[in-house]
Amino acid sequence: MAERSFAREVEDLKLGEGEIFRGEGILAITKALLQSGVSYVGGYQGSPISHLMDVLADAKEIMEDLGVHFETSASEAAAAAMLSASVMYPVRGAVTWKSTAGTNVASDALSNLSSGGVNGGALIILGEDFGEGSSIMQERSHAFAMKSQMWLLDPRPNLPSMVQAVEDGFQLSEASNTPVMLQVRIRACHVHGQFVAKDNKRPEFTLRQALENPVRDVNRIVLPPANFAQDKDKLERRWPAAINFIKERKLNEFFGPDEGEIGIITLGGLYNGVMRSLQQLGLADVYGNSSVPIYVMNVAYPTIDEEVVDFCLGKKAVIMIEEGAPEYIEQSLHTLMRRRDIQTRLHGKDILPRGGEYTAPVMLKGLTTFIEMYNRLLLGNQPPVPDPTPVLNDPKVKALADVVPARPAGFCTGCPERPIFAAMKLVEKELGEHHVSADIGCHLFSILPPFNIGGTTMGYGLGPASASAFNVDADKRSIAVMGDGGFWHNGLATSVGNAVFNKQNGVILVVDNYYSAATGGQDILSSRAINPNRKTNNSIVDAVKGIGATWVRQIDRTYDVAKMRDTLKEALTTDETGPKIIVASSECMLNKQRRVRPQFAKAVKDGKRMIKERFGVDEDVCTGDHACIRLSGCPSLSVKHTDDPLKDDPVAAIDNSCVGCGNCGEVSEAAVLCPSFYRADVIHNPTGWDKFLAKLRASVIGWLQARRAAGRIVFAD
Amino acid sequence: MNETVNPKTLLVSDKPLTLAIMAMGGQGGGVLSDWIVGLAEAQGWMAQSTSVPGVAQRTGATIYYIEMLPARGGVSPIFSLMPTPGDVDVVLASELMEAGRSVLRGLVTPDRTTLIASTHRSFAVGEKEKPGDGIGDPTVVVGATDFAAKRTIAFDMETLATKNGSVISASMFGALAGAGVLPFAKEAFEATIRGGGKGVEPSLRAFNASFERAQSKPRDEVSATPVKRYDALPESAAHPDLDRLVHRLRAEFPEVAWPLLFAGIKKLTDFQDAAYAGEYLDRVGKLYALDRTHGGEAKDFAFTVQSAKYVAVAMAYDDVIRVADLKTRGSRFNRVAKEVGVKDGQILYMTEYMHPRMEEICGMMPNGLGRWIESRPSLFAWLDRRINKGRRVQTGTLFWFLTLYSIAGLRRIRRGTLRHAQEIEHREAWLSAAVAQLARNYDLAVEVINNRRLVKGYSDTHARGLSKFDRVMSALPLLQDRADGAAWMKRLRQAALLDESGIALDGALKTVATL
Repeated sequence: MAERSFAREVEDLKLGEGEIFRGEGILAITKALLQSGVSYVGGYQGSPISHLMDVLADAKEIMEDLGVHFETSASEAAAAAMLSASVMYPVRGAVTWKSTAGTNVASDALSNLSSGGVNGGALIILGEDFGEGSSIMQERSHAFAMKSQMWLLDPRPNLPSMVQAVEDGFQLSEASNTPVMLQVRIRACHVHGQFVAKDNKRPEFTLRQALENPVRDVNRIVLPPANFAQDKDKLERRWPAAINFIKERKLNEFFGPDEGEIGIITLGGLYNGVMRSLQQLGLADVYGNSSVPIYVMNVAYPTIDEEVVDFCLGKKAVIMIEEGAPEYIEQSLHTLMRRRDIQTRLHGKDILPRGGEYTAPVMLKGLTTFIEMYNRLLLGNQPPVPDPTPVLNDPKVKALADVVPARPAGFCTGCPERPIFAAMKLVEKELGEHHVSADIGCHLFSILPPFNIGGTTMGYGLGPASASAFNVDADKRSIAVMGDGGFWHNGLATSVGNAVFNKQNGVILVVDNYYSAATGGQDILSSRAINPNRKTNNSIVDAVKGIGATWVRQIDRTYDVAKMRDTLKEALTTDETGPKIIVASSECMLNKQRRVRPQFAKAVKDGKRMIKERFGVDEDVCTGDHACIRLSGCPSLSVKHTDDPLKDDPVAAIDNSCVGCGNCGEVSEAAVLCPSFYRADVIHNPTGWDKFLAKLRASVIGWLQARRAAGRIVFAD
Repeated sequence: MNETVNPKTLLVSDKPLTLAIMAMGGQGGGVLSDWIVGLAEAQGWMAQSTSVPGVAQRTGATIYYIEMLPARGGVSPIFSLMPTPGDVDVVLASELMEAGRSVLRGLVTPDRTTLIASTHRSFAVGEKEKPGDGIGDPTVVVGATDFAAKRTIAFDMETLATKNGSVISASMFGALAGAGVLPFAKEAFEATIRGGGKGVEPSLRAFNASFERAQSKPRDEVSATPVKRYDALPESAAHPDLDRLVHRLRAEFPEVAWPLLFAGIKKLTDFQDAAYAGEYLDRVGKLYALDRTHGGEAKDFAFTVQSAKYVAVAMAYDDVIRVADLKTRGSRFNRVAKEVGVKDGQILYMTEYMHPRMEEICGMMPNGLGRWIESRPSLFAWLDRRINKGRRVQTGTLFWFLTLYSIAGLRRIRRGTLRHAQEIEHREAWLSAAVAQLARNYDLAVEVINNRRLVKGYSDTHARGLSKFDRVMSALPLLQDRADGAAWMKRLRQAALLDESGIALDGALKTVATL
């Protein structure tokens, strides 16, 4: 079950011919898949394409109606391999993941797929996780297209164009027997817009037909001598077929006047930014009219040489706008111009920055420089360009830099991973710092304050594998952290299997929060929920024991900081050889609250006896050292100034968002901090016995309190 | 250029209205963004929103961006997917520092930007984790936003939303409507909220309250210094012992020291009794006498004033008796019930998380016995193994209440305990170090008094505080003959409050050593 319900979005998938779809880009793409007669969809969740997976997971009914098979793949490699259904059979398949991280994982299957080629349309939807909002290394998916000679679409970031690209992508794939990648950037995935829907289409040829009538062709298998023939086929037949299709179907677009001294070549995905910059320079308007010729490459790879040549001829200079390093397209255009001996000057990353996101100011600056070089007159009579620099250079604004705090993402309120890292901090205090290999997932927030734990991150499920070199005699052991998501994605074999086989002497900490939490709380193999469509409740402990691990400890409540600390200490000091594996399990609080809150409210309404817990701080007792915060960082545990003139520093304070996870109390107890924390248990719908007991206690306690208060000579408050 | 082919003349000058929302993950920035887009579309405009949520969904700072234009004959406008600095009409910031961040990003400019910001604070980890006061100065933000924005609407939209049973997205939507920056009627805003279907009534209440507020009182004052409560001296305090204290305070001390002295006697009568508060006045009185003879009057008796504060703090030390006392009071039971919102028919129980060590137990013992045990390490360790563990104390049950109540009752013998003796020892050493500076370097003497701020907390925290105090004080011989000694001492203390392990302090001490 994903973090939230997508029931409303599922309704959007049912829209028919002529109806208006209003919503997010990635959901428009999802709808486009169904309109294109797709037979099967797979993928691995991750920002920015998670919603494609989430909404299809909730759309079982529609998928069954249409005869579409949907699968939550174990990894991007599994998803890519799934596309092999389209190798021999005329079925359309689509898979999706976060790129380039996911494309790296998938590339083994992708290479084989593109070498042998496909019969049915094979579409790979890449959420290009680049620029602001990204959480991964800044690379370009373009490289994968080039090395495997798969085609790469990069449509203009509006819903009609993205929807059209899905249909075009399938057809291009079928016309050239080659898998096609469709790249959408973060903002395009999350852009809200509208398009006119079409009816969903049932696949003409079904997977069932394929399964019951198997076909094989040894020439499609990547083994000599077929692999050499495939290489030839790619270059001599499939490539020209793709070029012809792209040209004939006019997948790339031309805007602005036919003639001009200068021209702009841009990738489709960057078109809106280019247009806004031109608008600010007075060279275009908001409705797409431009006074500069623009060639929009909605197909980023392959380049259509004839179109480029036609565009460049007669112009003094053109500029190629592509984001990220290196400038693959610009380089290929230089080759093209040199070969054809075209004298048009070509610019790109000599003017624009070599890396980073092409934000509005970056494009504005680059285009201004370019136009000033060749056609300064164009810029005459331009409106004033937006310029915040006078504001930014004012000392009042500069002073902000020291005051506005960094606010990176962090563990949520009540997160069960927090106590794990609090325990690691406590162990650190006793046994010193250790080398910690981190992984991918929410637990990676441990590298930030207040925990500052974790040295490297090498990839999903690779935490323990990335500590494998440290399997040497030493007075300290390495600690590797891996989430349950990473564990099932890759970690079981690549990290745990590797550690068992090589008798790796380090500690492996598997953070099990019952979901693939960082990507939106999707179910995975070890999820504790009963999912009617999936087999869940498969134990991580059984899995690691099954693979040969012997020192395995399960902690069922990560909030038990003392137990967590002691288990870690044992793992770091035991004489036993081989990996020491600790599986620390507690449910992701974000998902738990979504699940439990309505249940709790209903139970209270039904008159059941329920106990609501939350934490508080006695501010008179708190001295404002904030040691508790340095072992927590919980959003609900904050600070506040008191009105006590004798107190200088703000005291700890817990706000109403507290979910009563218990971390504060457990930490202050385990770390011997202070007795300020209390847990307040409020009994809703108390029983008669509860009431009797409470009354009895209150009468004795109240009498004692009154007695002492009466004897106290103090100033009135 | 040849005018006949100039295509620029064909361009339309329409510009979209642009809005940026600066939010933190989990605050409902997406809801607000959807409302604005829905509103515009319902009014026949074309609108586009984008966001970069990513992992920022998990409490991090993030931005939503919206552009809109009236629909124009079937042509779709080309909207930008990101804001251009200097080209934003409305910035909505859901927290004070996020308003500051929007200015730093260049999104707020005086020629066009209306800034709508909530002035509440949600402190970042970097602010909270400091051992001292790491809270960013809000007046710097206000100074910058006032300079950068064309117009500012800034008040606590979080509290206003909570008061109306809703969340901040509703009150921000109300402030946006109240600001009148979008050409849509208030009813259209309300219809958008109704169309959402969830929590409509509370949302509308918060929306309306915020709409009114944005028009009637669009600005909240923010202050850099926390508001402290200084009570007026009472004419009569309903008990002769207390009246005597107040009388002494008036008779024996300069007026400038009264507020803190009164806070001190209030704290110490509460901590122990009126006699103890009397001792406090005696102790500060002696310091005041010295202050006078060392030219304190010219310094507004800063030495006396600061002594009034920190001697009270030192005398009201945090011991087990104090904690037990505070935890068992009736007023505390009532306060907790109010804080967690216990309603009629519900029952409240508190569980305290305590972890006493042998040190604390020894501290509660009579001085002689305590020292006797402390001087026998193996006995101490043996006892510690039995004492030193976490205990969940259920204060609302009879057994635990009586336990804490009895411990609180040890107040009567507190003056004879080991801890009390230790506290006096530390206090007197500190005060004599300060007094020793009075003749030589008045300002430095005041700073030595202020150093007491470093000693706080319990257990390890207390030990760490003491060690920082000692390290800061170790610079005294180097500073006592310097005219800028006081400034350096203050710097050392500030450094000590920057991080837990004292890295900044070590650096500052090294600098002092090279002076």
